[in-house]
Formats: sequence, C-alpha cells, structure tokens
Amino acid sequence: MEKGKYGLFIDYEFCSGCKACVTACKMEHGMEPQDFGIVLLQDGPRECTDGVWEYNYLPMPTHLCDLCADRVAAGKLPSCVHHCQDAVMVYGTVEELARKAAEAGKSDVAIYVR
Amino acid sequence: MSEEKLSAEEVAQEEVFSDGKTANIAGGELASDSEQVGDFVREKGIAYGMPYNNTYNMDLYPDQVRWKEGDLTATRTTMWSGPGCHSGCQIIFYTDEDGKLVKTEGDPNSPLSAGRLCMRCLELPQMVNSERRLKWPVKRVGERGEGKWQRISWDEAYDMIIENVRRIQEEYGPECIVSMIGTGRNVSQAIAHNQYANFGGADLTLCFLSGDSCMLPRTALCYVIMGNQWVADFSQFRARRYEDDPEYVLPEVAVIWGTNPVVCNSDAFLGHWIVEAMKRGTKLITIDPQLTWIGARSEMWLRLRPGTDAALALGMMNVIINEDLYDHEFVENWTYGFEALAERVQEYTPERVAEITWVPADQIVAAARLYAQAKPATVQWGLAVDMAKIGVITAHAIACLVGITGNIDIPGGNVLVDQAASLEFGYNSGIWELEGTDMVAKRLGVDRYPLKKYGFTASSQADSILQAIETEEPHPVKMLWIESANPIANMGQDAPRLYRALKTIDFFVVEDLFITPTAVAFADLVIPCAMSNERDCIRVWFDPLRTLTKASDKPFYEAKSDEQIMIELGHRIAPEKWPDFVQTDREYMDWRLMRDGVLDTDGTQMTMDRVEEKYHGMWYHKFRYKKYEIGGLRPDGAPGFMTPTGRYELYCTLFAAFGDDPLPYYQEPPTSPVATPELAEKYPYIITTGKRSFEFFHSEWRQPETISRQLHPDPMFDIHPDTAAKHGIIDGDWVWIENQMGKMKQRARLNPSLDPRVISTEHGWWFPEQEPAEPSLFGVFDSNPNNLIPQCENGTNGYGAPIKCAMGTVYKVTPENDTPEDQPSYQVCTTGYTHGKTHASDKPSFYDGWTPDYEPEGFFDIEEYWKTHERK
Repeated sequence: MEKGKYGLFIDYEFCSGCKACVTACKMEHGMEPQDFGIVLLQDGPRECTDGVWEYNYLPMPTHLCDLCADRVAAGKLPSCVHHCQDAVMVYGTVEELARKAAEAGKSDVAIYVR
Repeated sequence: MSEEKLSAEEVAQEEVFSDGKTANIAGGELASDSEQVGDFVREKGIAYGMPYNNTYNMDLYPDQVRWKEGDLTATRTTMWSGPGCHSGCQIIFYTDEDGKLVKTEGDPNSPLSAGRLCMRCLELPQMVNSERRLKWPVKRVGERGEGKWQRISWDEAYDMIIENVRRIQEEYGPECIVSMIGTGRNVSQAIAHNQYANFGGADLTLCFLSGDSCMLPRTALCYVIMGNQWVADFSQFRARRYEDDPEYVLPEVAVIWGTNPVVCNSDAFLGHWIVEAMKRGTKLITIDPQLTWIGARSEMWLRLRPGTDAALALGMMNVIINEDLYDHEFVENWTYGFEALAERVQEYTPERVAEITWVPADQIVAAARLYAQAKPATVQWGLAVDMAKIGVITAHAIACLVGITGNIDIPGGNVLVDQAASLEFGYNSGIWELEGTDMVAKRLGVDRYPLKKYGFTASSQADSILQAIETEEPHPVKMLWIESANPIANMGQDAPRLYRALKTIDFFVVEDLFITPTAVAFADLVIPCAMSNERDCIRVWFDPLRTLTKASDKPFYEAKSDEQIMIELGHRIAPEKWPDFVQTDREYMDWRLMRDGVLDTDGTQMTMDRVEEKYHGMWYHKFRYKKYEIGGLRPDGAPGFMTPTGRYELYCTLFAAFGDDPLPYYQEPPTSPVATPELAEKYPYIITTGKRSFEFFHSEWRQPETISRQLHPDPMFDIHPDTAAKHGIIDGDWVWIENQMGKMKQRARLNPSLDPRVISTEHGWWFPEQEPAEPSLFGVFDSNPNNLIPQCENGTNGYGAPIKCAMGTVYKVTPENDTPEDQPSYQVCTTGYTHGKTHASDKPSFYDGWTPDYEPEGFFDIEEYWKTHERK
C-alpha cells in the first residue's frame, strides 16, 4: 500500500466506544494480546466551566494497521469499518475522505492518513 | 370506542400465562413478500449510516443460508446464546473443512443489525474453541465444593437424572423439582418444556433474581394496565426501516430511562438503533445516576438518586397535567382513571420531587415540557425500573406518563407488540403437559402474590423458591436444574445466603458452557450445552421470527444443544410425551411450528427450512400501529385495550381488586438516607450496581484468553473524585465496599459525573484462572456486589427488589486487611458469611414478612382456562 494515499474517516460524535473495531482488527489479524491495529482513546466524562460535559471516544489506528489490505483486495471493507456498530468509520482515498468530511458539514470528524 | 367491556374474569382468562402471548390479532398476519428482507438494506450502506458511509460489496454476501468463500464455508444465521445476550443479531459464521469456527462477520443483509457486530460476537471463535469449555458430561466424585469430577457418558448422565427425578417424584412429588434459567437466553422453550414434560413440576424462574427484577416487573405491569407490552419504536418491527417505511415517524424526543442502551442492548432492543435515530435528528433525555456516553449526547441529563424513578415520573406528570400539556384526545377516549391520577400527582410537586430525587426542580419541569411537547416521543426503559422494591409501581408511573401524552402505539412512540407468529416459545412452552395436574396452582409464591396467582407471568417467584429451600414450606425443594445461569456469581442476591441454602439441595444439575462457581459449589452433575453456532433453533422475542442454523454438523466434543438434551432425556423419561419424529433440535422446531399451527402466506405448514430458504432466516409479520382503534388488541375484535375497562388503565382496576394501590406512588427504598438515617451514618453511600461493559454479558466472558478479559481484567467501581480523596483512594486502587450485610472489593475508577454520595459497581465477576475448589470457588464472592444486597425484600406484588439502591461505605484494601482469610470467598466457604463467624446476622436480609391481609377475589378458574385454551 502506498503511504499517504488511503485512510480512515471517523465521525467521533457518534462513536459509542464499543470496541468492535479493536476486536475486529485483532481477530482479523490473529494478533497477540499486546498487539492492536487500532486502539480506543477516551476523553471524559469531564465537565467544562460552561457546564457542558465532554465524553468522547476516538479510535486511533496504530503501526500494525494495514487497512485490511487482504480484505480490501478481496472486495471487502476493512473489518473495523464493516463492523463499526455506530457506522462512524469510513474507508477511502484521502481525497475522497476529505471531500466526504466537507460534504458532511459537521464537526467532530477525524481523518487518519495511513 | 366500544362500550362493550370485558369482565376481570375474561381478561384474566385471556392473559393468564400470557408472557407475551396475548390476543394481538394483528400478530398472526403476515407481511407480504415485498415487505420481507429486500435490497433496501443493501442500498443503505453500513448500519443505516449517513451519506458518507461506504457500501458493502453485496456480491460477497449472497441471499443464501450457506456459500463457499475460498476454503471456508459461510453460514448466515442469528446469534443467540450461548454465550448470551438479548440482541439476536445476524451473523456469518465461517467454518473450515473440519467444521471448526474460524471467523465471524456481521451480516449486511439484516434489517436489524445491518452488518454491525459487537466485540463479543467478533471474538466468538475464542469462546467457541476454548480449551476451558466443558467437553462432556461430568459427575461429582468428591464433596461438593472440591471441584473433583469424573467424565461420564450421556447415557450415564441421563440414567442419573432419571433415577433422581423418579425418586423425588415418588417420595416428595414433582413440585419439589425446580428449573432455573439465565437472562434472555434462547433456551426458554427448552427449559420450560423440559421442566413441564420431563420433570412434571411447574416451577421455573429467572434463577434467584430477587423480585424477578429483570423485565418481568415492567412486563407484568404492562399486561395489567394495557393487556400487552410496549416497546420504544425505532422501526425495528418492519423490514423497511426509518425513511424507507412510509408510515414510520422518527421520535422527536426519546427518553432513555435507567438504561445504557448502547452497552447493554437489553430486552431484544439494540441500543445502536437509538444512535441511528440521533443521526436523523432525535433528541434525547437521559435519566441516570451517572453520565453515560449517550447521556452526554442528550438534550437533558437528569442525575437522579438511585431508586427514586417513580417519584420523578410522578413529578413530570404533575407538570404535564397542571400545565395542560397532556393529550386530551387520547386521555378522554382511551384511558381510564385520569381524574384520580391528576389528583394523585398533586402530591408530587417539582419541589418535593427534587428533594426526593436530587434532580433540581427546574430540570424536572423542563424535561416534562420537552417530553410532553414532542410528538411522537418515546421512552426506552431499562432494568433500573425493575430494580427497586416498588419496581412494578415505578413501571406504572412511567407507563402513565407515556399514556397521558398519547404516545401509545403510534409511529415513533411506544408500540404494543406480540411475539412473532404468536408462537408460544416462552415460559409456557410445553405447559399443556401439566393439564389435569395441580402443579401450576402449586407454583411457589403463587398463593402470596395475586399477579402470579392470576397468571400475569408464567414463572414462579424467585425469592419464594429460596424460602422454600430454607424452610421446606410449603414444601421442600429437592432438585434444582440450572441451565445457563450462575446464581452465586450473578443472578441472585445475597450470594452468601444462596451459598448456605443451595448446599442443602438433594440433587443439583447444572447445564452450562463451562464449569462455573455454581457448578463447583453445588452440582452433582454438569452437562455441556452447545453454543449458538452449534444449534438449530428458532428465536422468538417480538418480531421477526429468526432461525439459528448450525454452522457445521460437527459438535464441540460431546456438547449438545439445549433442545437435543431435552429431547433425548424426554424419550427416556417420558416417552409418551415425545413423538417419534422428534429426535433432533430441528425436528423439535418443526413440531412446534406445526403444533402451534404456524402457516406460511400460501397456507402451507411453516418449517425451519422454509424460514431459512424463503425468508433468509428472518420472517416478518404484519406490524400495525394504533391497534386499539381497529380492534387489534382484543380477541373479540372490539376497539380498545385488553383490560377490564377496555381502556389504558392509569387507575389500575386489577390492583384495586387485589387490594393494592390502584395508582402509582413513591416509596423510599428499604435502606436509604431518608428511610434509615441511623444506618446512613455508618454506611453513607448509595451503592448502585449492574454497570455494564461492552466486554461482558453478566458473568460471561471472564475467561482470561478472551479479548474481553484482556481489555477489562479487573472489576471496577465508579466513585466521585471528592469521595475518593476523602478516603485516600486514587484511581485504580483496590477498595473494600461494605455494608451491614457483607463486603467485597473492586478497583476504583474516578468518575466526576456521579453524585459524591453515590458509587456504582460492576457485577458478575468470577475469575476462571483462580482455584476452582473451595475455599476459593474461582474467587466468586470476592468482588460480588450481591454480598451487599438482600433477597426476599420484594414489593407487595412479589416483583421488584432494591438491587440498585443499597447503602455502604468504602475503605482502601491494605496488606493488613487483605490476607487470604479476609477474602470474602474464603469467609463464605468457611463460615457462610463474608465477615466471618462474628458476623452472625445478615439483617436486613430478613423476609419482608408481607402476607396478604385480604383474600383476592377468585375470578380465575384454571379449569375454565384449559377449556378455552387447550391446544390441539
């Protein structure tokens, strides 16, 4: 895979932190317990001075993420994207993902370039 | 509406043993072929996402039960226990040439789960292929608790069961045999039918769950006041969902009441549907003592004191009625007792309710307005409703709130549902085998509790079973059959008391996936059951009817499906009750479809094969809204509800007949800062429990080889940082949590969203990596919140228990207070109590002492019931 060409788009407004991506990745690649292709970051629950509570999850791919090259070659989606329980993960070229982010017209979107 | 009214007797006759099976006439009507699973799911992309989502390559996910993908065989089916959950998602099992499960994927063809899969289903191959799984029947060879087993054959196991069942039937009577089930399992049909046909007794419970406090209080209440039960409508009962269903309307507001739906997915309701609705604009009000992820995305989060939900609902109604925000049309035409309710709620001003619930009055007012002014609005309620001593009353208060806003059976509201094909696959499965016996009348707890007596549930009362074991009144319990439940780890309160009582059982059988603490402590025989991928079965819990298809013909060693065990035992112990053509689980399904007269659209007999082939394993029935207008809720076809008044009863005429308060009210939990201030001085914190994690389903998934356990190695409890600091506790510390009944330890997780007076604990912990034998028992009592929660403290109707609102205190675990002898498991195994021999009393885990001071009117006659309900 050419570096910098493909990536993952994550609408973390709706990521409920279910760890389906973490588990799907570990199972797909048969990883050892200490290895992860994607991990889940958490912020909160934390009350800001304006009274708003922050409580966000954000999946983050690691160096072991190959965007499921074998699955993609076989015509499937990366396993994390396929199984995401809240459908917040999108796979595509960086250009495509940037376009989708712009068209979505919303905040709380992250794009990881792989 | 029709002036014709049903007598209480007629209602009871229709509703007895209802358990979801009532006269929902629309329930038998079939959705047309064009309304079954179709291409519209495929076009939606992933899990009903947004325009940005990818789409699945559907060429790789054909509309077939089986196909080949490289060297692997793919089987499309539904997942449902074991291991268990309440969801029933559609899954693809990939098996190798040896029939071994190597991989799972979510099924993109499913209108319900739409390709998604949770972490537990994704890691399922680890569980299915676990070396820890029970491979064959074993019998106990040492003392109970020694964990010494001898492998035996199935023939020997069946002989052992038959010998003991016959002995107990003859010496004590079949009523001395009790069967127990774990929550939400796809074994209701098997465990019930096995109990009734093979053992001849009628006692069946949700294990020892005090007050049957899991869905049953809510369900019973719904049957009493509306003759059916409601569910939040997220378009789940039709194959075309959301904007693809022209009749569906998205809820403007959804109230998430006492549940963390994306994590627990309870009651056959997939919490992620709410996220799908949120993306489409639904606003939320979340009612929870702590901030959940979904709470943080809500318009309003009401942080209430655990156990005070009824007061909050009454306070919201006070606002809605006094500000004239209720639905006049629905209230006048379809409800009963509004004036009485309006008078009752005057006692619950926002200010008084604020004092009770700790929710500020202005928030109560704002939430009431937001909910009442939205149309449609829905309520998704959860276990917190049941887990109060006034569980049924709490459900009544919330059901009144939904009723007066007119959100009943409308699109996007709370809709009334029947079971798919009206198939009797619940706790009444096989009940016909007890016809002509007095077993149903002898169910434990039935004489004390009118809701049980008059058949508003098909199970016995769990606490009454415990009392019968302890006192041998009204008769002893000689045999326990526990299928997929682990009461000292999870499904039973006052775990030490259960330990003391269950040691006295004469013959104890556990049917499970693993050797559990319950098996080691009590079982004489443990038999291995199959996992979901190893079963042919039908799932019936609302709609659609789903099939479970074996992923391969090769079993896991000698494990058998729950149905297969029931059938093989049945042919040996009660051959007259089991037709020759019923030899396999698949044949059992076809027999039951035939017996219940379930036909396909063209009038031919429905079979499991047909559901798989023609309906892709998901068979939808015609779901209609506003059934009360079209006579869809009553067997006489008249408009209205299946209640004595024919109306949605805000004032419950049956409660009045039973001598109970016909209107909802609030009562303090048995122990609370208000009810027992002297106890609160010593135990100042309210302990709520049952906080769910994505990793576990109750006591399952603790095996150290699973990803679940690796991601969540220790039991955690949540505590406010200020409270933690007061006790010198920092994040991650092991902490003792203790009250007047017992103690346990978990690790602290600082959570500023809690009220500093509340702590929140996890449940279901045992440690399969620890020593099985006593005094360890896999450490089952060490981190068990049930050590601190009473059994037999139930509401006057037998339902509900103060499980989520105990009191206690916390202190750090130190080397001095954490010796091997200090461990609760050691203490319980050696003294019967967590504190050691000096802790002589487990009060207030005393019997509540409630006895009916009235004679319920005897309007229900079981003989009459059988005359009209006899099955062909």
